Amino acid sequence: MADEVILLDYWPSMFGMRTRVALEEKNIKFDYREQDLFNKSPILLEMNPVHKKIPVLIHNGKPVCESLIQVEYIDETWPGGNPFLPSDPYQRAQAKFWGDFIDKKVYGPTRLIWGAKGEEQEAGTKEFIEMLKMLESELGDKTYFGGETFGYVDIAMIGFYCWFDVLEKCGNFSIEAECPKLIAWAKRCMKRESVAKSLPDSDKITKFVPELKKKIGIE
Amino acid sequence: MAEKEEVKLLGIWASPFSRRIEMALKLKGIPYDYVEEILEHKSPLLLALNPIHKKVPVLVHNGKTILESQVILEYIDETWKQSPILPQDPYERSKARFLAKLVDEQIITAGFVSMARADEKGREALAEQTRELIMNLEKELVGKDFFGGKSVGFLDLVAGSMIPFCLERGWEGIGLKVITEEKFPEYSRWVKNLEKVEAVKDCIPPREKHVEHMNYMGERIRSA
Repeated sequence: MADEVILLDYWPSMFGMRTRVALEEKNIKFDYREQDLFNKSPILLEMNPVHKKIPVLIHNGKPVCESLIQVEYIDETWPGGNPFLPSDPYQRAQAKFWGDFIDKKVYGPTRLIWGAKGEEQEAGTKEFIEMLKMLESELGDKTYFGGETFGYVDIAMIGFYCWFDVLEKCGNFSIEAECPKLIAWAKRCMKRESVAKSLPDSDKITKFVPELKKKIGIE
Repeated sequence: MAEKEEVKLLGIWASPFSRRIEMALKLKGIPYDYVEEILEHKSPLLLALNPIHKKVPVLVHNGKTILESQVILEYIDETWKQSPILPQDPYERSKARFLAKLVDEQIITAGFVSMARADEKGREALAEQTRELIMNLEKELVGKDFFGGKSVGFLDLVAGSMIPFCLERGWEGIGLKVITEEKFPEYSRWVKNLEKVEAVKDCIPPREKHVEHMNYMGERIRSA
């Protein structure tokens, strides 16, 4: 019996991108369904009644919510190919720590950079750079966060790359100047088919942000 | 020659996050050294081991540091295979992780805010929000002794340490009735089951001291 995999997603979401990349990495055929977050569909509300958020992964009718949980689910359900997480428990714990760090510390400041003004925006920019530097320090001179193979932390972070352009414009700073190794890492990731297929062009995101601001009522 | 296992846990007696680690270690019969930290005076060791978040719990296993309570629980489960706490099936695992995240992000926030609000109307509104969130756990418990099925699992430790043995103590302190047996029969049955498990029972903070502490925490938030 063939697997039925559906992904409810929103094209600019860096969280949705994680799941897209994970599915592509494992060569899993899936039905991508674009959602309108300003007019949520019945299937979204049915499959994620608790949060009503994307991405939602629906595998043979059963929903899996939360992007990093989805990435792990994909790794466990389709174990072929390169595992996203190492087999050593300590290294797995490290990877999960950094995935959690990205969710808790990196995402928040980005909203202030494109969504706020003045002092708030400046504070967001400062915080964001600080967090990126921590990530860069963790990356060191490795090819990917996990070492030689593309994995969980890379998947957790790469979606932010297509947002870098608009963040730099809004916050008036250069990420490459602050974190050159991180940019080099991102460019390496972009060479992977799974990533190139899953991330929208930077300029699409840059054009989209002012529209988004209007839609949610901030100028 | 067998290498001696060195397991050290930095925790705080009132923290549900460190209590759940103690429960897991006890469940699996793992001996450990416990270091009590003080919220207002964190030790140089804690700050060195967790410079980014500066929080407990911190697990040190043979010199390796593991941070973040849910990550620590998974590490413990993968390292010591007896009395497994995560389900085997990937879908069941994803459900357990999803609900654990709900506990540690939305339920804890709504719960603590309900305690911190000075006005009765505000408290009741937050209490209602918290009830709605906990209803997701209530539904999950139907037909089960524990979230883990017949035995205590990952979600039991996360939700147990947080709700009956932390938030409820806070609500008790301010006289706010959030969970009733009438509205939450499965939850109430589950708590009674939990209290019978030695590894859980032995790791619950002492009630009176805890209620007092939660009142103090509420005050702190209100005056902040």
